[in-house]
Amino acid sequence: MGHISKADVQKIALLSRVHLSDEEIDTFSNQLEGILSYMDTLSEVDVNGVEPFISAAGSGNVFREDKAVEGLPREAALKNAPQQGGGFFKVPPVQG
Amino acid sequence: MELFEQTAASLAADIKSKKVSAKEVTDALLARIDAHDKNIGAFTCIDAEGARAQAAEIDSRIAKGESVGALAGVPVAIKDNIHVTGMPTTCSSKIMKPFVPPYDAFVTKKMREAGAVFLGKTNLDEFAMGSSTENSALQITHNPHDFERVPGGSSGGSAAAVAAGFSPLALGSDTGGSIRAPASFCGCVGLKPTYGVVSRYGLVAFGSSLDQIGPFGRTVEDTALLLSVIAGHDPKDSTSRAEPVDGLNAPLNPSAKGLKIGLPKEYFETDGLSDEVRNSVLAAVDALKSEGAQVQEVSLPMIKYAVPTYYIVATAEASSNLARYDGVHYGSRAEGTDNIIDLFSKTREEGFGPEVKRRIMLGTYVLSAGYYDAYYLRALKVRTRIAQDFDKAFEQVDVIASPVAPDTAFKLGELINDPLAMYLSDIYTISTNLASVPGISVPCGTDSKGMPVGLQLMGRRFEDARLLSTAAAYERLSGWNGKIASL
Repeated sequence: MGHISKADVQKIALLSRVHLSDEEIDTFSNQLEGILSYMDTLSEVDVNGVEPFISAAGSGNVFREDKAVEGLPREAALKNAPQQGGGFFKVPPVQG
Repeated sequence: MELFEQTAASLAADIKSKKVSAKEVTDALLARIDAHDKNIGAFTCIDAEGARAQAAEIDSRIAKGESVGALAGVPVAIKDNIHVTGMPTTCSSKIMKPFVPPYDAFVTKKMREAGAVFLGKTNLDEFAMGSSTENSALQITHNPHDFERVPGGSSGGSAAAVAAGFSPLALGSDTGGSIRAPASFCGCVGLKPTYGVVSRYGLVAFGSSLDQIGPFGRTVEDTALLLSVIAGHDPKDSTSRAEPVDGLNAPLNPSAKGLKIGLPKEYFETDGLSDEVRNSVLAAVDALKSEGAQVQEVSLPMIKYAVPTYYIVATAEASSNLARYDGVHYGSRAEGTDNIIDLFSKTREEGFGPEVKRRIMLGTYVLSAGYYDAYYLRALKVRTRIAQDFDKAFEQVDVIASPVAPDTAFKLGELINDPLAMYLSDIYTISTNLASVPGISVPCGTDSKGMPVGLQLMGRRFEDARLLSTAAAYERLSGWNGKIASL
C-alpha cells in the first residue's frame, strides 16, 4: 500500500457520500495512511486454500413462508422523515 | 442494605414476595440517578414517568395475585442504540436527531414481557464506534471509580450506570469488545454472548456479522438472569439460533472442578500489557486452579492479525450499514441543498462525527474496486484462520482465560487523537467477535490506582452457560461481591 493522497481521500469521500472540509481531508489522508499500512500486515498471512469467513450462523439461507403480514402503518413509517408530503418522503430534484 | 445496592435477583424476589414494591425500587434508583448522574453522564435520556408507570403496573398485577415475569419490577438501563417504542434512539449521534422508533427491539419486547422497568437510555460512542465513549456527540461519560478516567466503550454509559448503582442491570452491544471492555474498566460483569444467541432485531446495525447484544450486571447471577430473558430465536433475525441454547435457564453451577482452562501464550506476550493487569489475571486463574481447574498453555497464533482483520471487516460492514443515514427517511437533514447528492453528502458531513466518518471512509476504501481482494477478501480469509485457532484450542481446553484490555481505564482525552492506539486497546476482545465465540468480563481486583481489572473468559460457541458458571466460580473467590463505586 502506498501513499494516500488528498485526491484519494476526496475520491473515497465522494464514494462514501460524505462531504469533507479541507482540514478533514488533510487529517484523514495522514490517518488513513497510517491505519492502512498497519492493515497491510495481513499480506504476511498464508491464506492459500482458505475459505473466506462468511457467517457464524451456519451455511445456507434461512427461508420462511411467503406470507403477507401487517406492516408498519404509513403514518408511522413517515413520522421520522425530515420532510414529507402527500404520504411520501420529500427530496430535492434527483435530476435537473 | 440500600435498595440501589441490591442485586437484580434479590430485588426480583423481594418484589414478588411484596417485601418491597416496584415503585419503591424505581423511586430509589431514580433518586440515586438524580443525585449523581450529573457527575457521571451515564444516561442520554431518563424516562422517570415511563419507569414509574411500568412499576405501578407490576405492583398492581402482584397485588391482584397475577403471575409476573422473571424481571418483574427490576430496573434496566438500555444502551441508546437499541430501540424502545416511543423513546428516542440517538446512537449518541447528531444524525439520529430526532428519531423515535415506532417499534421495540426483540430484546426490549422480551424484557417488557418479563416485567422489567426501563429507566432510560445510556451513552455510547457514536454508533458504537469507539473504546472510551468519548466519541459520543452528546456528552462525556465519566468512570464512576475516577471521574477523570473513561468508562471504556462503546457501551460506557451502561457499564457506568451499573457500577454506579443507578441500575442493577443494563444492556449493551458488543462488536469488538464494547460490552467487555467497559465492564472491565468500571468493575462490573459484562457478557458478549455467542453470535446468534440474542436477536439483533432493533439494534442499530454497525458490523452485522460481529454485533451482539448482551447483559451487564454487578454479579454473574444477575448477568445470567438478564441473558435468560433476552436470549431466544427470532424469525426477524435470520442469524439468531433456531435451536434452544443449552443451560441458559438452569441455575449456575459455580464450580471449577475438572475444568480445563487455557492460557493463550500470545495474549500474555503482547507489547503494552501492563504488569498489574497480567498479575491480576494470572492470580485469578491460580484461584480457579486451587478450586480444581487444570490450567495449560494454548496457542492462538493469529491473534496478532486480529486488530487489522477486525478494522477491515467492521468498517466494510459499517460503510454499508450506515449508507441508510441519508437525510431522507429519518434523522437530520442538511439545509439549503438543491440536489440529491448534495443532500446526502452535506447531511452526512454535518451529522457524523470524525470517528464515524473515518470508519465509513476506511470501509469504502477496502471495498472499492482494486482494493477489495487485497483488503476485504483477504481479511475474511484471515478471519477463518482466527476462528480455526479457537476451534483448535477448544479441542484441548473448555475455557480460555485472558486479560480484557492491556491496561485499566485510561484518562479522558489520553487516546482520542490517536485512532490507531485506540484501536489497539481492543486487542484481547475483538478476536472473539471474529470467531463468533462468547466472552465475559469479570472483575478480578484493582490496580495500584484503585481502578478495576477485568478477567476475560472465552468459551466454545453456544456454551454461554458454562462460561457463566466458570465466571461465577471465580466470582466467589474474588471477594468483589458486586461492589458499587463509592460516589
